[in-house]
Amino acid sequence: MLAWTIYLSFAGALLQALLPKGRNDLARWLALAFAVAGLALAVAGFVAGMGQGRVIIIDAPWVPTMGIHYLLAADGISRVLVLLTGLAAVAGVLFSWNIELRTNEFFAFFLALIGGVYGVFLSFDLFLLFVFYEIAIVPKYFLIAIWGSTRREYAAMKLALYSFAGSAMVLIGLLAAYATSGSHSTSLIDLAAYAHSGGLPVSFQMWCFPLVFTGFAILAGMWPFHTWAPTGHVAAPTAASMLLAGVVMKLGAYGCLRVGIWLFPHGLDSWGFTLLGFIGSWRDVFALLAVIGIVYGALVALAQTDFKFVIGYSSVSHMGFVLLGLMTLNQIGVTGAVMQMFSHGIIAGLLFAIVGRIVYERTHTRQLDELETMHLAKRLPFAAWAFVVAGMASMGLPGFSGFVAELQVLVGAWTAKPWWTFAAGVGIVVGVAYTWRALQKAFFSDRLPTADEHPKTGWHNLGAITWPEYAGVALLTGVSLFVGLYPRILLDTIEPAVKALLAGGGQ
Amino acid sequence: MNYPGFYPDLFRVTLPETALEVAALLVLVIDLGFLRKAALKVRVAVAALIGIAGCGAALWALQCTARSGLSFDGDVLLAQGGYTQVAQTGILALTILTLLLFIGSAFTRHAGEYVSVVLMAAAGGLIVSSAQDLLVIFIGLELLSLGLYILTAFAKSSGKSAEAAMKYYLFGGMSAAFLLFGFSYLYGISGSTNLNKILLASFYSSASGGAPLLYVALVLIAAGLGFKVAAVPFHLWAPDTYEGAPAPAAAFIASVSKVASFALLISISTAAVHLFDGVHELRFVAFTLGPPPKYLGLWIPWSLILTVLSAASMVVGNLAALAQISVRRLLAYSAIAHAGYILLGLAFFSHSNASANAILYYILTYGLTTIGAFGVVDVVQRATGSDRLDAFLGLHKRNPLLAAVLLVLFLSLAGIPPLVGFWAKFNLFAAVLGVSAGPVAFALVALAVALSAVSLYYYLQVLKRAYVMPAVDETPIKAHPVTMAVLLAIAAAVVVFGCFPALLQNWIAGF
Amino acid sequence: MNEFSTGIPLLSLLTGLPLIGAAIALWSGKHARAVALITTMSSLMLALLVWTRLPVSGGMGLVEQLAWAPSLGIEYHLGVDGLGALMLVLSAIVTLMSVDAAHRVHHQPNLYFALVLVLESGLFGSFTALNFFHWFLFWELSLIPAFFLIKLWGGPRRGPAATQFFVYTMAGSVALLVAFLAIFVSTGSMDFGHLTLLASTGELEQMVTAHLGPVSLWLAIGVLAGFAVKVPMFPFHTWLPAAYAEAPSPVTMLLTGAMSKMGVYGLLRIAIPLFGPQIAQIRTPLLVLAVATIVMGAWAAVAQKDLKRVFAYSSVNHLGYCLLGIFALAVPSAGAAAQASQAAALNGVILQMFNHGITAAALFWFVAMIQMRSGGGRGIDDFGGLRKPAPVFAGLMGIALFSSLGLPGLNGFVGEFLIFRGVFPLAWVAATVSILGLLVTAAVILTVIQKVFSGPVPERWAAFPDLHHGERLALAPVIGLMLLLGLVPQVIVDSVNPTVLNLLAHWRF
Repeated sequence: MLAWTIYLSFAGALLQALLPKGRNDLARWLALAFAVAGLALAVAGFVAGMGQGRVIIIDAPWVPTMGIHYLLAADGISRVLVLLTGLAAVAGVLFSWNIELRTNEFFAFFLALIGGVYGVFLSFDLFLLFVFYEIAIVPKYFLIAIWGSTRREYAAMKLALYSFAGSAMVLIGLLAAYATSGSHSTSLIDLAAYAHSGGLPVSFQMWCFPLVFTGFAILAGMWPFHTWAPTGHVAAPTAASMLLAGVVMKLGAYGCLRVGIWLFPHGLDSWGFTLLGFIGSWRDVFALLAVIGIVYGALVALAQTDFKFVIGYSSVSHMGFVLLGLMTLNQIGVTGAVMQMFSHGIIAGLLFAIVGRIVYERTHTRQLDELETMHLAKRLPFAAWAFVVAGMASMGLPGFSGFVAELQVLVGAWTAKPWWTFAAGVGIVVGVAYTWRALQKAFFSDRLPTADEHPKTGWHNLGAITWPEYAGVALLTGVSLFVGLYPRILLDTIEPAVKALLAGGGQ
Repeated sequence: MNYPGFYPDLFRVTLPETALEVAALLVLVIDLGFLRKAALKVRVAVAALIGIAGCGAALWALQCTARSGLSFDGDVLLAQGGYTQVAQTGILALTILTLLLFIGSAFTRHAGEYVSVVLMAAAGGLIVSSAQDLLVIFIGLELLSLGLYILTAFAKSSGKSAEAAMKYYLFGGMSAAFLLFGFSYLYGISGSTNLNKILLASFYSSASGGAPLLYVALVLIAAGLGFKVAAVPFHLWAPDTYEGAPAPAAAFIASVSKVASFALLISISTAAVHLFDGVHELRFVAFTLGPPPKYLGLWIPWSLILTVLSAASMVVGNLAALAQISVRRLLAYSAIAHAGYILLGLAFFSHSNASANAILYYILTYGLTTIGAFGVVDVVQRATGSDRLDAFLGLHKRNPLLAAVLLVLFLSLAGIPPLVGFWAKFNLFAAVLGVSAGPVAFALVALAVALSAVSLYYYLQVLKRAYVMPAVDETPIKAHPVTMAVLLAIAAAVVVFGCFPALLQNWIAGF
Repeated sequence: MNEFSTGIPLLSLLTGLPLIGAAIALWSGKHARAVALITTMSSLMLALLVWTRLPVSGGMGLVEQLAWAPSLGIEYHLGVDGLGALMLVLSAIVTLMSVDAAHRVHHQPNLYFALVLVLESGLFGSFTALNFFHWFLFWELSLIPAFFLIKLWGGPRRGPAATQFFVYTMAGSVALLVAFLAIFVSTGSMDFGHLTLLASTGELEQMVTAHLGPVSLWLAIGVLAGFAVKVPMFPFHTWLPAAYAEAPSPVTMLLTGAMSKMGVYGLLRIAIPLFGPQIAQIRTPLLVLAVATIVMGAWAAVAQKDLKRVFAYSSVNHLGYCLLGIFALAVPSAGAAAQASQAAALNGVILQMFNHGITAAALFWFVAMIQMRSGGGRGIDDFGGLRKPAPVFAGLMGIALFSSLGLPGLNGFVGEFLIFRGVFPLAWVAATVSILGLLVTAAVILTVIQKVFSGPVPERWAAFPDLHHGERLALAPVIGLMLLLGLVPQVIVDSVNPTVLNLLAHWRF
């Protein structure tokens, strides 16, 4: 059933591409229909999969000579992330309702991207996963380059090249693993079983793991390879930044977990020596980078003058928690990382929607200093309060999904290495500060424009909030609150899957 | 000639080549004899159709010929079956495609001559890909090359075309001289012109200290063949030729001649690595010399030379392509880069036919894609008068289908799954790592993969203009229906072969 | 534990009711205040119902326990004892007073009352939670509306005041969170009851030491800091005067009447039970800080010219007594007399919490009325002789002021008396110095009475309107409560005393 999420999205993309020009409303409703259908399938798959382990959806030989399978399956982690993708897709369509330029093409690329993302989350064959992973890169480029804003071509190219460089690293690693294992199967399940039974030499894992992990982590926005993220997020049209932050960065993190950690169980072992006295394994290295990302992203977000850059850097910071959670290698930390993927997907989507769609499309500025003089809390109260809720969620206040996720990551990190927790804790505190600062400046400031600040023309008439905006905000806040208040809905699904994965995958 | 049955054998084995030659003559006769007064359109169509029929006949003949090859005095002259047959089938199929593109691209009044030269060159290609003897190789190469020189110069009204042909011819002549010089050394060392015998002899020669001369010969041969496949540093003709030649001719050069040349390289490499399989006493010798080395004789220096050519081609091709503003030159440098990847597969050549299959898969799909790319460039160039990047501005509005074809083909060239270019690369690199999983092979594969990431940048430069940047001129671009049909078919093939890579792989492995 | 639980999840109902009210208020435009009044009154009824259902043993009653996120030790675990129930009643009363007082909200009244009701829910939730996560959820839930109430409806310098309030409290929350993370990592539990049990046998400290090294003291300091900000304790109090002064008076009523009690409650429910030995270890500095809170609060009040700031600092001073009473418990002592002293001190603390809540809220309400009549003026020197034009007003506010001063016969006296009665035997130096605070407070209150109500009437206040009937009606129950609790404190003490004994029995220093 879940496999149809992929096929439906691609079918939708094809249909959109063939749609005659000028039928913009038709394109929108079609896109919404496909996205909702995908979400419905994802929800149905999620509910049906409760209490089940890994379920093979389809396993057909694809390239028999090389042992490549067309193998789709879903475990708890997949199901949760597929659900996230469905939600992000629906919200993305809702927040792109106002796109008038080449509407059908926009939704074609959009749905193609979504289809690729569904595919990655459901692939249990190394190469199938890689194929879907790459499929997701191209539409991203066009979405940003055609429909983006600030320096869009530069940002799109940067994003595409970073992604492609990352996937090149992954490909090298995968080829190496494939050649070394000699197992003549690229099924992740077989390879993982092989790796966990000691098939892959430790020394090989030691160099292959960082390659693959870094390759995926580039897309997850790991410091110092994160620089595509803020520029990409800022340049992208709202729906694309929602997808970028919401699901595409998760692709990277998912790859780190599903391929990096699962296939190279010894890649994180101790080197036997230490650098600088505290770095004694790749685990320490990546955890350090994750922590730096958390703190650095938060600090840079604090200094931004562009509203969207604040959110862009906050994504870097929040994705740091995912990577840190992965590096804990314990049940609770990795569960937290998956939770955080879901949670950040929802929250970042919401933040970008508010900043990019609800505010920017009306004020035509994202400069905090200019927004400060507009008193948006009074003029766009819905936007202001939606941002309050989203900001609270982003800060990780209890009751929202982010809290449970970050709490788990912190607990896991503390169990692994306490100092990680403290460093990450600093990131949380700064996170409160930048969110609060953005909130204050963009919505709740009382400052009047000075004489030399001429308000932009047209900012007097901000336009009413439209129904897709209400619907999108309601959907995303609702989900974040629901998961925050009843985290078991996801935890019960994630935990067994993480447990099985860390144990080697024999489920 | 005390070898009875040689001529019947010769006729039987060269039936496909004969079919092509007959068709070439037939075209001339019909075009020059009966259609002098007919409209150009009709003449072009008739000429191309006869050419296609000739290729079809050759394909049919290829299926019928027994798979024994042609031998003379115990030495194989022309091989049959296996990779040879795959390459020959590929050459004929790709020739058909370029002839179809010719229908929509009336750049010359001399339709009969053009098709006839194409067919003869294709015949040369068939010979090259099956030749196992230095002399046959050389004759085939010359037949192929002479055709290509003429084809390059075929746009008589264009100064660029003439200039390109002259450059191509001069470089070609030089490289033929190198090749011949190298061949003469080999003959001098081994006393034979048969590939297998030469390699056998070269083993004894290197074992007995005669290696330096052998290395000189190898370098000379590499220079000659490197020219054919446009490997750095023998690539200088490629950008000019690709830019100046008429598009169907350029497509032919970029695809058919590449397939033939790489088939030849496969022959050489196969012969080199198969040394042990045929000659048992050698194995004995090898064991008595101490720990058994993996390859002896010619193989190690040959592999080394190919590695150097490969690395240089990948780096130079990809980096130079970044700076191009002419799409044809961009395709030329990308061709150089792709040749670099394939050379890597040749440098790490496997004992089984995994490498040969991977290389054929690569070169065939690359030929297919590049013909399509030249087809698109030709249509755009006809409409805008330029092949600059900016000529592609707003293509998605001017001809959405053409833009879609361009998108598919260029992404395939960049190696984005699920298009066929990805599987070609993957296959090839997997074959390389299957041969050697050592640090050198890994480093080179890593370099190749990294550079293919770089290549995305220049492919995207074209796609960016087609899709992203605003159009200057929004008048629709019309393509000849046959051209459009061919291009769509190619794009569809690229997608289908990409989604079901096993189709083509099984077909290649089936021979 | 569970003997008194009824079939109805009374506490969930109580917590959820204001949230539902908030949602309705948000959509009811100008009628939001009516909705809020109905909601808060119903909440008060429910809270009183809870009060009547307390178990006689002094343990937890009305317990509701459901699995929430077991892997994180998160449970939906609710329950009240005498302390919690008293705080519920106090919160309900203060919120009702606040809504009653806020009849001049013109700007977005629906939002205003919705936020007040959310805040009330946060209060109820945090006073009933028995699991850290659950408690923390409501602790933060109360913070956000408070921030916006100050930020959007406050006085001219509301921006910085709200920011300061938010940053301080948030920092405190982070300290709490880190401490609980450590506890969870060590014990795998977030349940207050379970952790109290572990702490009472000393296992908690052992587990923490085993997992994280000897950091128990630091965890205790983290937790204390989190609560100290909220109470506030010197020197974490600097956010308070600005926030109290800039917030609209009805919101100040909530801040001082109910929210400051969250801090004291947290000390009693969390800090002392879990970190008794650690607190005992640093009791001297803590006592010094408590005394400093009392004395500095009182002295600072002397220097103020703004009525709201006067009462703000006097609030600091009054809550200082609570701190004094709590930290004095940590002084080592033995024997029946000492136990009696401890019980007295703790009873005093709880009574003081309730009484201060009522009195301080009432005082700020009076300030709101003064502001309304004077067009915003609230300087202590701006008025004079109001007794003449507004005798009823002067009389009622006088009662509240004397209650605040701690005049016997009024509610303010009982709590303070019990605290001093308990603390003297335990920590006589601290108690003695604190007397100074009592005296200064008396001076401050008397100064206020003298400057505002006595003396000649300035011309512009000659027509200062007295309380009208509606206001009298609204104030009457509050003043009545002050008198009632002053004269018959048993109403509360009888219910609270079993809880006090129960708590003391479980604590270990």
